[in-house]
Amino acid sequence: MTLFVEQVLNGLQYGSMLFLLASGLTLIFGIMGVINLTHGAFYMVGAYSAAFAVLSTGSFLVGIAAALIGAGLYAVLVEIAVVQWLYRRDHLYQVLATLGLILFTNEAVSLIFGRRPPLMDIPPFLQGSVPLFPGLDYPLMRLAFIAVGAMVAIGLWALVNHTRVGMLIRAGADDREMVDALGVDIRRLYTLVFGLGGALCGLAGVMAAPLLAIEIGMGERVLITTFVVIVVGGVGSVRGALVGALLVGMVDSLGRAYIPQLLQLSLPAATADTLGAGLVSASIYVLMAIVLLVRPNGLLPARG
Amino acid sequence: MNRSAFTRRVIVASLASAAALPMTQSAFAQAGASAPVTIGFITTLSTPAGYIGEDIRAGFQLALTDGKLGGVPVNLAVEDDALKPANAKQAADRLIQSGVKLFTGVNFSNVLAAVVPGVLESGGYYVSLNPGPSSFAGERCHRNYFVASYQNDAFHEAAGLSANRLGYKRVALLAPNYQAGRDALEGFKRTFKGEIVGEIYTKLDQTDFSVELARIRSLAPEAIYQFHPGGAGINFAKQYANAGLGKSVPMLIPAFSMDAHMVGATGDAADGIYASAIWTPETNTPASKAFVDAFRKAYSRTPTMYAQQAYDTANLIGSALKAVNGDLGKQDEFRKALRAVQFTAVRGKFSFGPNQHPVQDYYLTKFEKRPSGEIAQTIVRKIAEDYGDAYAAQCKIN
Repeated sequence: MTLFVEQVLNGLQYGSMLFLLASGLTLIFGIMGVINLTHGAFYMVGAYSAAFAVLSTGSFLVGIAAALIGAGLYAVLVEIAVVQWLYRRDHLYQVLATLGLILFTNEAVSLIFGRRPPLMDIPPFLQGSVPLFPGLDYPLMRLAFIAVGAMVAIGLWALVNHTRVGMLIRAGADDREMVDALGVDIRRLYTLVFGLGGALCGLAGVMAAPLLAIEIGMGERVLITTFVVIVVGGVGSVRGALVGALLVGMVDSLGRAYIPQLLQLSLPAATADTLGAGLVSASIYVLMAIVLLVRPNGLLPARG
Repeated sequence: MNRSAFTRRVIVASLASAAALPMTQSAFAQAGASAPVTIGFITTLSTPAGYIGEDIRAGFQLALTDGKLGGVPVNLAVEDDALKPANAKQAADRLIQSGVKLFTGVNFSNVLAAVVPGVLESGGYYVSLNPGPSSFAGERCHRNYFVASYQNDAFHEAAGLSANRLGYKRVALLAPNYQAGRDALEGFKRTFKGEIVGEIYTKLDQTDFSVELARIRSLAPEAIYQFHPGGAGINFAKQYANAGLGKSVPMLIPAFSMDAHMVGATGDAADGIYASAIWTPETNTPASKAFVDAFRKAYSRTPTMYAQQAYDTANLIGSALKAVNGDLGKQDEFRKALRAVQFTAVRGKFSFGPNQHPVQDYYLTKFEKRPSGEIAQTIVRKIAEDYGDAYAAQCKIN
C-alpha cells in the first residue's frame, strides 16, 4: 500500500513536469501549427539560467525568476528570428529549422556555460522529506513540484478561458485571417504565446534542476515524452495536456514499479528482468498506441 | 657506426636542441628525438561524461615531461568519441591508416569493443586505461592487448567481498540495463554470500530514480549495491539521500559510482557510502601523494580515479617505450617490457596476470565528512590481495 501511494505521488510529480512542458508545446503546435523541436532547449536554457543565478546569488527565488525570464526571452528570440518566417511553410521546413536550433542551442550553452554541467542543490526550505503517514516520508521538493504543476494548471485555465488574451489565442487558432482583419496584431500574439511556452519550460527547468541533472541535451530526452503527452491528450488543448501528462506520468511510474514484479511471478528471474525493463520503457508508447486506436484525435482535442 | 661519430652526432644534436629548448635532456633521448611516437588517444570529451575524458587526458599528460614519455618524444593524437562506438571506430581507422601503432584513452566498455579489434588486426597495440570488459579477458585475449586498470568483473567481485566483510545478509542490487550493468551484478553475485532480495534494472540514460527508491523502500534490504557511473550516479546518490534512505539503508558501490568529481557534485549525499576501489586520493603512499599534489597544482582540482589510471598507464607505456627507445618495431621487446611493469604505480602493488590484465589489491573505502566539511574517501581495509580475475585461466597467449 505504501508502495502504491508513493508511486502515485511519483506519477503526479512526473506528470506535473510533463504538464509544464506540454502545455506550451501544445499551444504552439495546436494553435500556430508549428512543430517546434526547440521546445526542449527552452527547458535546458531555463535550468542553466536558474543554476547560474542560484550560484551567484544563493537565492532560489532569484533562480526561478532567472529561469522564467531566460527561457521566456530565448523563446521570444527564437520566434522572432526563425520561427516567424516559417508559419506558412511546410512542416518539414519547421522541423529542419528547429532541429538546427537544438544543435545551435546546445553548442551555444556549452560555449557560454562550459562543458562541465553546473550543479544546483535543493533550496534549504525544500530539503529533506516529510512524513505523510507512518512508513512513508516523501521528499518536500517533489511535493512542491506537484503544487507548482497544480497552480500552473489553474492559472492557464483562467488565462485561456477567462481573459482577453486567452480569447484571442483561441480565436487566432480558429481563424487567423479573421482575427487579423479585426485589427489584432496576430504576430505579436504568437510571439507572446511562444514566450509563455518558453517561460513554462523555464519553470519546469528550475523545478527539475535540483532533482535531476543539468546537462547539455537534457531537453531532447523529455521532448519525445512531451510529444507523446500532447498526442495522448489531444493537440492544441491545455486540458488535454493536463490529462495526458497525468496519464503518462502514472503509467510510467506505476509501470516501472509493478511490471517487473508481475513478470517475476510467472517467469524465471533473468528473463523477467530483461523483458520487464523493455516493457517498462515501452509502456508509454503502448499507452499512446491504445489511445490513438480508440480516439485518433487524442482524449480531449481542442476542436471537436 | 663507430663510437666517435656517434658521440659527435649526439653532441651536435644536444647543442641544436639546447638552442631550441630551455632545458637539455639526456643525450640518449635526444638521439631518438627525430621521430616522435604517435599515440592514438580516443576518449570521451563531450557529453555529460566528458569530464571523465578530460580527467583521463589530464592524468595522461601529467606523466609527460617536455612532451616525452620514458625519455621518448611522443605525440598524442587526441580524438573525441562523444561516447559513440561508431565515432571511435572511425577515428581509430583513420589513425591506423596514418600509421599509428599504439592506442589508449577509451573510457567506456562499449566504445572499447569497437576500437580494439581493428587496432589488433592492424598489428597495433592497445593499452586500456579504464575498461576491462570480460569479452577480451578470456579466450579472446591478445598478446598486443593490455589492461592497466582493472578487469570489470573483479571490481564488483571486490564489492561482493566487501559486503560479506560488512556483514550484510540481505542486499538489493541496481544497475542500468546494458552489458556492463549486467556484468556488474554478475560480478557482485559471484562473491557475495548473502541473499539478493531484488535486482532492479534502470534505463541507461535515466535521471529520475524515484520509482526505484520506492521499490527499495518496500523491499527493505539491509543494504543496496548500485552501479551508476557519471551523471546518473550523481542523481542517484542525491535522490537517495533526499528520500531519507541514506540514513536507514547503507549504500555500497564500486568506486566509479562516486568519483572525485561526483563527490563535488553530490555534496553531503556521499557521506557514509562504502565503495570498492583500487585507489583513492587518500591512498597513503609517496607516489600517490606526489601524484595528487602534482595534479592539484597543474589543474586546481582533485584527480578522479580515471586520472590516476591514465597516469599509471602513461608511465607503463613510458617504461616500455624507454626499453625499446621508441622503436615499436621491436615487438617482442616492447611486449616484454610492458609485461615487466618497470614503473612505480600510484595505486601501489601492480603486475600483470597471464591474460595481461592487472593482478592488484582492492580496498574497501568509505566516504566520510571531515570536520573541515570536505568529503574524503578513506581506506577502511584491504579487501583482496594480489587479486586477478575470473577469466585469466581461459586465456592462452603464449
